[in-house]
Amino acid sequence: MSRTPLLLAAEGLNKSFAGFHAITDLNFYVEQGELRTVIGPNGAGKTTFLDLITGRTKPDSGRIAWCDDTELTELNEYEIFRLGIGRKFQTPTVYGDHTVFENLLLSMEGSRSVWASLFHRTTASERERLHEILRTINLLEKAEIKAGALAHGQKQWLEIGMLLAQNAKLLLVDEPAAGMTDEETFRTGELLLSLAGAHSILVIEHDMAFVRQIAAGRKVTVLHQGSILCEGPVEAVQNDERVIEVYLGRNQKH
Amino acid sequence: MTKRSKLELCGVALATLLLAVVFPLLNAHGVLSDFTLNLWGKYLCYAILAISVDLLWGYTGLLSLGQALFFSLGGYMLGMHLMLLAGPMGQYAQSGQNPHGLPDFMVFLGHTFLPWFWKPFRSFSFALAMVFVLPGLLALTFGYLAFRSRIKGVYFSILTQALTYAVALMFFRNDMVMGGNNGFTDFRTVLGFDIRSPATQRGLFIATSVLLAAIYLGCRWLSRTKFGLVQRAVRDSETRVLFSGYAAASYKLFAFVVSALIASVGGALYVAQVRIINPSEMWPDKSLEAVVWCAVGGRGTLIGPVLGALGVNALKSWATTELADLWSILLGGLFIFFVLFLPKGIAGIPAMLSNALRHRAQPEERPSDAALPEPQALTGRTAVAEKQEVEV
Repeated sequence: MSRTPLLLAAEGLNKSFAGFHAITDLNFYVEQGELRTVIGPNGAGKTTFLDLITGRTKPDSGRIAWCDDTELTELNEYEIFRLGIGRKFQTPTVYGDHTVFENLLLSMEGSRSVWASLFHRTTASERERLHEILRTINLLEKAEIKAGALAHGQKQWLEIGMLLAQNAKLLLVDEPAAGMTDEETFRTGELLLSLAGAHSILVIEHDMAFVRQIAAGRKVTVLHQGSILCEGPVEAVQNDERVIEVYLGRNQKH
Repeated sequence: MTKRSKLELCGVALATLLLAVVFPLLNAHGVLSDFTLNLWGKYLCYAILAISVDLLWGYTGLLSLGQALFFSLGGYMLGMHLMLLAGPMGQYAQSGQNPHGLPDFMVFLGHTFLPWFWKPFRSFSFALAMVFVLPGLLALTFGYLAFRSRIKGVYFSILTQALTYAVALMFFRNDMVMGGNNGFTDFRTVLGFDIRSPATQRGLFIATSVLLAAIYLGCRWLSRTKFGLVQRAVRDSETRVLFSGYAAASYKLFAFVVSALIASVGGALYVAQVRIINPSEMWPDKSLEAVVWCAVGGRGTLIGPVLGALGVNALKSWATTELADLWSILLGGLFIFFVLFLPKGIAGIPAMLSNALRHRAQPEERPSDAALPEPQALTGRTAVAEKQEVEV
């Protein structure tokens, strides 16, 4: 039986914080070139899952295999990054005191050694590539402005641009649409869709209009209490009894 | 090259010309007293120390309270060579009690032969090499251990201070054979010149000015490389840097070692001009003073620490003669004043004034340079922290 090679395989993951089970026996697989959307109520463990993949926290048990051969739980943050796993954080996290261009320059793929950084010269082709990214994320005019002075939505875009500069194999995108206008959200969706295939993308999102846009015809995973509640096409997931109950149950409490 | 950086380079060239040519000429013709020139030589060494503090604090976000350690070690390394040169001309040698030409303090302590680790210091080149090697190795070892364990913030500051204090106590001990609490003094010659002659001191002053300019330009270059970008990123958001694929610890270690080397060079020049070094140079207040110079001058700039070191020390020289008892209060008050009202220091005053003028000209709302929110701490973060409600 032949299958598409798995890019990421998380199996039997557990993580608890002071008695709170954030992730419980989670099995999660991402295929090459896939665009996967993850939804779930508060405390479902979505961001914790990204923390585990990117080495920000270590699981209590379980393993995360990368390309069938590398164990991510044994690596630290920057080693995981260097494998080609990039992350956009939930709150836009850019280097506020650096210009927009410098933010991209810092994220650009290439050697990360101290020595290389001392004698790094930005070549014309690198500059051209970064300008291309600036055009894509609509920040070309703001290239020399400090990133801290950008509007919230622009920071989100810049951080996506940083993932592009990194040329990551797997893009972990935590709530890209938060704080964006409807039009910006739509364009973010278009951008992510244009990247799918060449990159594998895992998106965490709450905005269901956005989820319908990017997940049309694709698999959506619903996380609940740290494990997978159900998986399937977006329409099926939205009409799933258990999913409705989980969300309604929460809404009644409020 | 931008107009601004041209202006900066012209400024450096002018300042170097003033310090390395005009001041010594004025001194040679008797306009500037030997005492004043020597005093300014000392200030310039302090400026070098201040740059080393700023390279860590202002550019990398590491508040080291132990830069005086590296400064003193550099001084001690050159001091050992100067002591060996002075031995045969010392008090004991003149009265025939010192046949091997040991430094005076050793004879006083009853030593009859030179300890093994002193022997290579007969060579000037060896002593000069050790000015770099010893502080460099110490910084490398300490930095490696501290940064690998991800020791940050105030813990790093406390550790550097503790290390400095420990070394100071060690140097106070007579059985270290490093001069004990009297340290090294009464130097006679350096490279065959009489170290106390005005001409030699003039030469040392010129050397200090030129090295200060070289260190300034070196740091300026460093801050403009990609290393400088990463360094400032580490300062602003170390956690994020890891998620950009950089081993923040290696960048901090490099900055820490370079900074130790700079401080050490400053210390070696200091000892040659002040002609005394003892363990009290490593007392915590010495490192703290260097931090104050930085804060007053403006950290995160290169001109700031230089202005701060020169300004505060000139003030100190005046204040300690005029109002001796009030100096520490004055220094503390100065620090508080700058932190509260001029957080960018002296170097930040022009920008502040031009901002105020522009604001008056066109009072429009400008987007704030809000600080980058640091991602939550590595542990203790729970999924409950997710803020937004799901809509289905």
